[in-house]
Amino acid sequence: MTDIATLTISKMLDGYKTREFSVTEIVKAYIDRIHKFDKNIHAFITLNDEGAIKRAGELDNTDVTSSLHGIPYGAKDMFLTKGIKTTAASKVLENYIPQYSSTAIDRLNEAGGIILGKLNHDAWAHGSSGENSDFGNTQNPWNKDYVPGGSSSGSAAAVAASFVPMATGTDTGGSIRLPASFTNTVGLKPTYGLVSRYGVISMASSLDSIGHFTKTVEDSARILEITQGADGYDATVNTREPQIYTDTLKRGIKGVKIGIPKEFISSGMSEDVRTIFNESLKTLEKLGAVLEEVSLPHTEYGIATYYIIQPSEVSSNLARYDGVRFGHDRSFFGKEAKRRIMLGTYTLSSGYYDAYYKKAMQVRTLVKNDFSKAFEKVDILVSPVSPTPPWKFGEKANDPLAMYLSDALTVTVNLAGVPGLSVPAGFTNNSLPIGIQFIGPHFSENRLFQAGSAFEEETKMFEKNPML
Amino acid sequence: MKYETIVGLEIHVELATVTKMFCRCPVPTLQDKPNTRTCPVCLGLPGALPFPNKRAIESCIQIGLALNCSINTQSFFERKNYFYPDLAKGFQTSQYLHPFGENGFLEIEVNGVKKRIGITRVHMEEDTGKLTHSTVDGDEVSLIDFNRSGVPLVEIVTEPDIRSGEEARIFLMELQKIIRYLNVSDADMEKGHMRLEPNISLRPIGQTALPQYKVEVKNINSFKFVEKAIGFEEKRHFEMLEKNEVPIQETRGWNEFKNKTISQRSKEEAHDYRYFPEPDIPPITFKDEEIAILKNAIPELPIQRSLRFTREFSLANASSQILTRDKNLADFFEETVKIGKDHGISPKDIANEIINKKTDIYSVLPASVIKTIKESKNVSLIDSGTLRELISQVLEENRQAANDYKAGKENAIMFLVGQTMKKIGKKVDMNEVRSAILEALK
Repeated sequence: MTDIATLTISKMLDGYKTREFSVTEIVKAYIDRIHKFDKNIHAFITLNDEGAIKRAGELDNTDVTSSLHGIPYGAKDMFLTKGIKTTAASKVLENYIPQYSSTAIDRLNEAGGIILGKLNHDAWAHGSSGENSDFGNTQNPWNKDYVPGGSSSGSAAAVAASFVPMATGTDTGGSIRLPASFTNTVGLKPTYGLVSRYGVISMASSLDSIGHFTKTVEDSARILEITQGADGYDATVNTREPQIYTDTLKRGIKGVKIGIPKEFISSGMSEDVRTIFNESLKTLEKLGAVLEEVSLPHTEYGIATYYIIQPSEVSSNLARYDGVRFGHDRSFFGKEAKRRIMLGTYTLSSGYYDAYYKKAMQVRTLVKNDFSKAFEKVDILVSPVSPTPPWKFGEKANDPLAMYLSDALTVTVNLAGVPGLSVPAGFTNNSLPIGIQFIGPHFSENRLFQAGSAFEEETKMFEKNPML
Repeated sequence: MKYETIVGLEIHVELATVTKMFCRCPVPTLQDKPNTRTCPVCLGLPGALPFPNKRAIESCIQIGLALNCSINTQSFFERKNYFYPDLAKGFQTSQYLHPFGENGFLEIEVNGVKKRIGITRVHMEEDTGKLTHSTVDGDEVSLIDFNRSGVPLVEIVTEPDIRSGEEARIFLMELQKIIRYLNVSDADMEKGHMRLEPNISLRPIGQTALPQYKVEVKNINSFKFVEKAIGFEEKRHFEMLEKNEVPIQETRGWNEFKNKTISQRSKEEAHDYRYFPEPDIPPITFKDEEIAILKNAIPELPIQRSLRFTREFSLANASSQILTRDKNLADFFEETVKIGKDHGISPKDIANEIINKKTDIYSVLPASVIKTIKESKNVSLIDSGTLRELISQVLEENRQAANDYKAGKENAIMFLVGQTMKKIGKKVDMNEVRSAILEALK
């Protein structure tokens, strides 16, 4: 039996078509692996063994025609899954079983995907390390003393540990790209308004982006073709014609102009990150890209702007969790949730609204304009994802502000609503993963996939797997 | 000290759309069992998102146009954040800074004098669920029914231009007529389609600044009660002001059984609703052409129609007003007038017939009304030649009666008229026949 740690979605579909293995065999192999190793990683909150095996059996009786036929996946516990407990990794919803599924989940399932379980994360998606989960930390499969990154900690760890070839995530300020870069996985934050948010617990409505983790860029493109597009339930989804990404994936990046935002480089970067980033730039040049420096002058206001707008929207979105109709009451909120609710209530309140919320929204326009101007000169941007490599558990947990600063290189992407793709780029001297991110104009995911694919073909980081 | 009454009205109109404001649930009826017209969106479940109802927004704009408002072609929804058990999301999706309609007016006539009541704003929002307080298994509980949650509401706020309970009643009747003409709501107060709250204060005559206090009155479910509630408050405020006491700024509830208002809760500070633009709904923009289409789709409104009836059909003002009270009645009247033209029946006759007989326009056809009027008017005509012929015959056949008349017996003429009518066979003008017979007997 093939080592499932080497499988990608593409390989799996091929294997099903040639009958190298059956869906039931694959699903059982993944389930066994989860039961064997997840006790040390804690990626999952809830497992769906019975449902998955049943579904696998059904699919084995059909032809391999659907785009995700028999592909197991995990869902971040912010995604509502009908009949399967959905907790937002919070004690408030510890026993909540939804009556409907999110659009993304429905589409993945309709395409043949099989959900193996719900994945751990920072409660309510509030965090950058996974340490804010009400159900315990998820370990970084590469080194158990280090954080996998957050908020989508479980999703990143599950794919890195080969518990699933794909996991869904949300990225509001970097919550897919940061953990992807910390776990040697590919993490996509699509353009805001490309994938429906219906049925995903809202964190910050104008910033939330629905994305996913995979081992390869090709797999990432396959998933986006399934989840993207208007559904008639999310009014912020663009009604444009859905794009195909997989057919132009291998175009290469000869002549592609890639901008390096100078403000992203000068901010307190660690040596490891700098070294790997510079090596990545050399690789991109080798592949034929033309590199040039660009400026995103309002980068320094990113964190302050983000941490006013996001908590404001959070404070309103969490108002419904009052324990009257479902879940527990507010006393069950964790510390970070309470912190953000209080912050957001303050920044929206009478007498402070103009100075904080309104001002932040105005700066947001300037941040967005930075990107628009840069993309008049270059096709995409490349930058590090985090100023530092993964840190140890507890290192930043007692200093919320220090934790917030780890978002410095990711938040402006969310403020502008543009897409970002994090791809593995290398390892530190103590074998911790570091990624880089490609950023493009709105709805330019095909450019990101092309750059990411060319880069991963050259660096082959996806061939590496952690020892569990 | 002489005072004048200052009243502003806040009216909520439930739109008669097919589905709710932000979801596909059908708008509920009073027959529906509790919590059977709900979905994740109007229940405010985790992950649910709003998707605006275009027809509702168009109806709101039409109300704004009918009230002479300027329309904000670039507008957006805002979140009004507060906690209450009937508010599923913990915020109401409403409008604050840029309502769809602003700065309009409605002209009313009070005791023959025309007056404009300013309309501050017309905006779109969603209804909350309904709370009922009850006892279940011996426990005092509050039951929440979310059927009503998410129903489209249009909020109309007037300037404090109303000066009496009577003015308020007249204003509301006119507003209700307009809304019914627009066909956007049944505006039935008893069914809760139209809810209103007056804000009432008194100020010394001569003072131009608004009074420092105002009292809001809730729980009024008829126009008659609005007038009574305002009357009650006028008296209450007057008595306090004369004693140099300022009435407390508060919300009071109207008690229709005791015919008085009762204090409910203090309204000393405005609640901080922390309004911010609704991030889940992109801004709404309308092109000028789209607004023009909506405007053209507005039927002739009651006031204009009434004036036209008076002018075009030579009706009395009172008749025109009665006929335009209901759009269906006005339409029926005009249908009947059209048919009446071919039969020489005047609009005045038709108006009198319909008003006096209280014609049931849903079971009687316009053509039947004409027929009824004709029958009572005997308007069959007969040409004079045929009439003379028939009369000669009658006089030949009834020489005795003819001689009796000539001899002075006046009654004989009626016998001859009767005989002639029989010969004619159809109902004609009796007077005409009588004159012709007298002529022939000369």
